[in-house]
Amino acid sequence: MSAAAHAEHDHAHGHAHHDEGFIQKYLWSTDHKMIAMQYLFTGIAMALVGGFTVYAFRMQLAFPGMPVPGYGRVTATDYNALVTTHGSVMVFWVAMPVLIAALGNYLIPLMIGCDDMVFPRLNRLSYQLFLLSAIVLMASFYVPGGAFGGAWTSYPPLSAKAEYNLTGLGSSMWLFAVALEFAAFLLGGINFITTVMNSRAPGMKMFDVPIVVWMIIIASILFMASVGPLIAGAVMLMFDQQLGTGFFDPAKGGDPVLWQHLFWFFGHPEVYVVLLPAMGIVAEIITVFSRKKLFAYKTVLYTAIGTGVLSFFVWAHHQFIAGIDPRMANVFSVTTLLISIPVAEMVFVYIGTLYGGSIRLTTPMLWALAFIAEFLLGGVTGIFLGASGADIYFHDTYFVIAHFHYTFFPIAFIGSFAAITYWFPKMFGRMMSETWGKVHFWGTIIPFNLIFIPLFLLGARGDHRRIYDYRHFPDLMKAGMQDLRILATLALLVLLAFQVVFLVNLFHSIFRGEKAAANPWNANTLEWQAPSPPPHGNFPQGLPNVYRGPYEYSHPDRAEDYWPQTEPEAAKS
Amino acid sequence: MIDQYVESISTFSGDIDNVIWVVFLIVGFWFVLAELVFFGLIFKFLAKPGVKAKYVSGERPEEKRWVTLPHYATLAFDVAIIVLAIKVWHDVKIDLPKADSTVRVISQQWAWTFVHPGPDNQLDTPDDITTVDELHVEKDKTYHFELTSRDVLHSFSVPVFRLKQDAIPGRIIKGWFKATQTGQYDIQCTEICGIGHGIMPARIIIESPAQHRTWNQSNAPKVADAAPTTPPTQLGGMP
Ligand code: HEM
Ligand SMILES: [Cu+2]
Ligand SMILES: [Cu+2]
Repeated sequence: MSAAAHAEHDHAHGHAHHDEGFIQKYLWSTDHKMIAMQYLFTGIAMALVGGFTVYAFRMQLAFPGMPVPGYGRVTATDYNALVTTHGSVMVFWVAMPVLIAALGNYLIPLMIGCDDMVFPRLNRLSYQLFLLSAIVLMASFYVPGGAFGGAWTSYPPLSAKAEYNLTGLGSSMWLFAVALEFAAFLLGGINFITTVMNSRAPGMKMFDVPIVVWMIIIASILFMASVGPLIAGAVMLMFDQQLGTGFFDPAKGGDPVLWQHLFWFFGHPEVYVVLLPAMGIVAEIITVFSRKKLFAYKTVLYTAIGTGVLSFFVWAHHQFIAGIDPRMANVFSVTTLLISIPVAEMVFVYIGTLYGGSIRLTTPMLWALAFIAEFLLGGVTGIFLGASGADIYFHDTYFVIAHFHYTFFPIAFIGSFAAITYWFPKMFGRMMSETWGKVHFWGTIIPFNLIFIPLFLLGARGDHRRIYDYRHFPDLMKAGMQDLRILATLALLVLLAFQVVFLVNLFHSIFRGEKAAANPWNANTLEWQAPSPPPHGNFPQGLPNVYRGPYEYSHPDRAEDYWPQTEPEAAKS
Repeated sequence: MIDQYVESISTFSGDIDNVIWVVFLIVGFWFVLAELVFFGLIFKFLAKPGVKAKYVSGERPEEKRWVTLPHYATLAFDVAIIVLAIKVWHDVKIDLPKADSTVRVISQQWAWTFVHPGPDNQLDTPDDITTVDELHVEKDKTYHFELTSRDVLHSFSVPVFRLKQDAIPGRIIKGWFKATQTGQYDIQCTEICGIGHGIMPARIIIESPAQHRTWNQSNAPKVADAAPTTPPTQLGGMP
């Protein structure tokens, strides 16, 4: 590209100036890439909050009653607030912004070959609401009574009345923060869906859209379809808290279990909202680094849609023993076990993709493969919990915690690290260090397993959740149990320490990394046809045309083992 | 498997352990198989100089077979697990056998109140025995419990029985158990209920018929030191 073409292109856009101020460029931008970076770095900052809270409460579990370095003594009140904040932050302020908002924003326009989102100002508003929601959540630690401690699921009556939770203001701030966050992602979702419907590059047909884009779109649809009831619930809960209404208060004719239905009607699809983008990331990476066409593209797509639809019919598996009509559990046990079929199928397809490949174990590939290996354990342990009879024992134990961390950790962290290390050259125009990337990889994966395998065992041995000191339970202090708790905590400390390696590698590479070419991995998808990093408007040489699907690797008719989507048919040799 | 760590001493705890064991075998098999294939493929197909990857669309029937066969296998195993799980669920949660005795379990922030029927084996009579954080039951006798809460949600969990049920204010939820062995074990609250959730332990004391009779007789008259019980009607609940 020539500088002149670039300037002319910017001009055509009308909203980019070469001497934008700092605020205009970094805080008030409508460029989808800048908004993606805002989401990404806010998500990373919130991950530090999530990491610090887990550090404090895991230390208390391993060494009960001892002051925690850097925190102090963890009281029962603190413990609940820390656990609640950890869960809420990791799901709503880390997984969602990084996987959906940051990647969706960054990748969608680039991968479908357009210059920006269709509603750039809505996009800016989305991030601003999100930032505000994070600030409200953090501020709740400093109000009288402190932060909410009624768990990330916020079940009333505990969450509804200050006399029960002792954090009148904190509870409402938590709820308000969550509601704001939902509003932010609703705006984002509208944008994603509209953009993909309207702005695909000429020639890009439905089945030419990269899987990761599909996944983000399906996830956005799931999110938008499921969040409505929860927003209604949040309004009712807010009324119960602040105006003394009785939507969830049995003494006033309300029903506390109603909240659980509304929460999980959203909450279960939500786990697939974060799963699908991670699955999409993995599809992009394993195809590139095994130089293979994705095995059964359409199957992946249909199973993702199938999972999405089914995910609306499983929510009460969180409530088997919550006092719902016990016959209802039978229905939800069936649907829950059925959802294992499309999920398993997706995993089979990914494993199938490796067959016959030419596999390169780069850092992003290691993360993508680790996702499959680890998620598999999360998925199969869900079967224990979906089997209603077995869930009577496992419900609300550490077995559940271990189950969903084997799904969520691969999604939120392994998936994000895969995405960041893979798209880093595009995002920042430089390469990350492979050596330090691998150090970080092993320093994360090994302790991750050493944290959560002990938790499976503790759950099987009866450790129940959200308990700040097990010394009150003689049966839970049997030989070896405290050792397992200490092992999990020590592994956590190692895991946290290795994240420093990541942060240093990230920031060092942003400024000092080796310069990256436009397409360092020899990938097919459109974003690699744009310069690294892409300028405002993305494709200075003109918006691309698409001639084929995204996974034409190692095509027998070609000498090169890749075939960019933009290369005209004539180039066929 | 579970009973190696947590005693299994109710009439249905063994059935629940069985479900867990069967699920373990089935998903364990698939998990190990999938990981073996996965790692096997990675090592087999590591990049070698000069060797190009295969071009496989995965859309042809003979290729897709590799996904559809496991797909049907998953379905078959799912059905087996469902049948087993639902049968046990039905026995534990739906079909309550006739009770020899009924106890009332009342949860509140942050204590358990247990109302025992006393020597006459009838609730709501003057010889009821009310205790805090201590439930006395007799071995080999079928108990119904009537579970409720005075304030927030709690959950009544007896791990050695594999029994767990949430308590809801304004409602009385019935369940059952039958202990097969004497001893003293933890009762847990397994639903977060506020800052005292971690200090809401109680104990279940399972007695032989003789021990239980003695306990009944020596405790029946004096109930003054226990928290007052609220008859269910005042909780605004359904029967
Ligand atoms: C997509 C990945 C998954 C994620 C992110 C995920 C996440 C979660 C979370 C967060 C919880 C606990 C909620 C809480 O109580 O705080 C949970 C529980 C549960 N999960 Fe998953 N899960 C996933 C996959 C599965 C699968 C594939 C199944 C079954 C086939 C399953 C079955 C269950 C069941 C039945 C529970 C309720 C357990 C209980 O509370 O007793 N999950 N999951
Ligand atoms: Cu769920
Ligand atoms: Cu509790």
